[in-house]
Amino acid sequence: MYINNNITFRCTISKNVIYKNEVPVFEDRGADVPSFLLSAYQFLEVTYPKFYKMDNLSKLAWLAAEVLLKGTDIKSYKPEEVGLILTNANASLDSDLKYMESVSDIPSPALFVYTLPNIMTGEICIRNNFKGEDAFFIFEKFDAAFIETYVNNLLNNGILEACICGWVDVLGDDYKAVLFLVEKKEKANSVQFSKKNLNSIFDNLIIDKI
Amino acid sequence: MRNENIYQSIMPAVYIAADNIYSPIGTTTAQNFERVKQGISGIKKYNDSALSDEPVHVSVFNYNESVVDKEFINSKFESLLIASVKDALTIADIDATDEKTILIVSSTKGNISLLETDPAAPDLKDRIALHTSAKKVAGHFGFVNQPLVVSNACISGIMAILTGARLLQSGQYENAVVVGADVISKFVLSGFQSFQAISSEPCKPFDENRTGITLGEGAATMILSTNAKYAGRIKVLGGAVSNDANHISAPSRTGKELSDAIERTLTMAGLVSDDIDLVSAHGTATSYNDEMEAKAIALAGLSIVPANSLKGYYGHTLGAAGLIESIISIQSLKQNVILPTLGFEKIGVSSPVSICTELTPKRLKTCLKTASGFGGCNAAVVFSK
Repeated sequence: MYINNNITFRCTISKNVIYKNEVPVFEDRGADVPSFLLSAYQFLEVTYPKFYKMDNLSKLAWLAAEVLLKGTDIKSYKPEEVGLILTNANASLDSDLKYMESVSDIPSPALFVYTLPNIMTGEICIRNNFKGEDAFFIFEKFDAAFIETYVNNLLNNGILEACICGWVDVLGDDYKAVLFLVEKKEKANSVQFSKKNLNSIFDNLIIDKI
Repeated sequence: MRNENIYQSIMPAVYIAADNIYSPIGTTTAQNFERVKQGISGIKKYNDSALSDEPVHVSVFNYNESVVDKEFINSKFESLLIASVKDALTIADIDATDEKTILIVSSTKGNISLLETDPAAPDLKDRIALHTSAKKVAGHFGFVNQPLVVSNACISGIMAILTGARLLQSGQYENAVVVGADVISKFVLSGFQSFQAISSEPCKPFDENRTGITLGEGAATMILSTNAKYAGRIKVLGGAVSNDANHISAPSRTGKELSDAIERTLTMAGLVSDDIDLVSAHGTATSYNDEMEAKAIALAGLSIVPANSLKGYYGHTLGAAGLIESIISIQSLKQNVILPTLGFEKIGVSSPVSICTELTPKRLKTCLKTASGFGGCNAAVVFSK
């Protein structure tokens, strides 16, 4: 039995612009990565002190998840029904390099804890009380076909009811986050959960021209 | 509504066609199991400034018999992956170049030691990327499909097995070569030291005097297949993953989330807690992990089931741990013998758990393997004859 799942919401953060469902909602052009992440956090007008101690990768993922989930009824699911399948190319190398610098002096536990890519998943789970399956995969490039197959498997076999999936990568000045909320039911702005739609949202060709 | 019961009946069985452990105590599964049965551990005290400024207990490969290839084409990490896969492929008689075969690599830190040994390399970023290593290993054996890389902290190995099983059950592939490895260098060691998490003695899982983990390096491979020619081999019956949603580095206070993953695993496998003959715990020997795990085991109704931790033999092998410990436990099923928990003397957790203290012959059919890791992740998988 093939079940059609839906991308009900999506959020892209790229080149200092945040898009919710392809609509720009915030920009801070010219800021460096840490400044941009901070101004994006301030724009959200939420109080979450844990944000300040996160590394850039977790901050980026956390912000993308905040924007993605705002206005959704994600709280209607049970904690164990919501999971995350995230991917990137550089794992936690951005923080690995910073931690390694600390090793010759005094190794920093606060930096070391961010030297795993799935810590960002943990941060999003803590924020939203998501207790379902999470997984982190490394790909050279965004692999829409894998995401489609893997997440459909989780949803169609009753392992998850809703899944946040996508790509979050940071290395130095380069970063990109694209998160998708995939649900079984259709919503107002939803598009079919397919490799084609994942790729066109990820590439965001029209938006990048602005 | 969940539909796991349908799951067992409609999904094809996933068999373990072959396996390998390439560790400091042996280079085949058989050799590893024999040595572990003899109580041999890879953990030794090292006084090596390349690893640590202070003397430290670790289970690492002897540098004199280094596994790094002579031409330096592959890093130590990649050489370990290749050595392990090579042995397993030979045993299984599986064609790596078949389009129905996929390679899945599990690691937490891969080539991260290059930051210490070769920091000025121009292509450092690409050499450290796990997808680069996976591609090199795939190229070595001629895998035609793009390899998958799982990097999900200390549950990576179990997750890679589950990922492989799912890809086979969905019909996408017939064989999955699941390999995990991690190398211990100053990067990882100093990090755990900075957390005050490293034991000054070889680790003592679940013991009242446990003071932390001992790290270890190694590789392991498990070849999964839905091909009927492997019918009769040990099966992967199911597994589940959960998140604590509590803390990024400290485990759950209640063990509820690991217990949930265990219960979902049992439901998926069509089993109840009474059906489990052996629990191969994560048992890192940190105060908090073992306490949480004991609570989870009790919550899942497994308190009286013989349980062990293999960290006393291998140390915590990170991205290889789930694979190494699953393969040893599968040997336990095959040989009907439960291994003692090396380093354990007296119970030091508040919930009841039946830690095995001596080599115990027992008819065994089913084994549950668990793990938990940073990021709040938990995983469980069940293997059966």
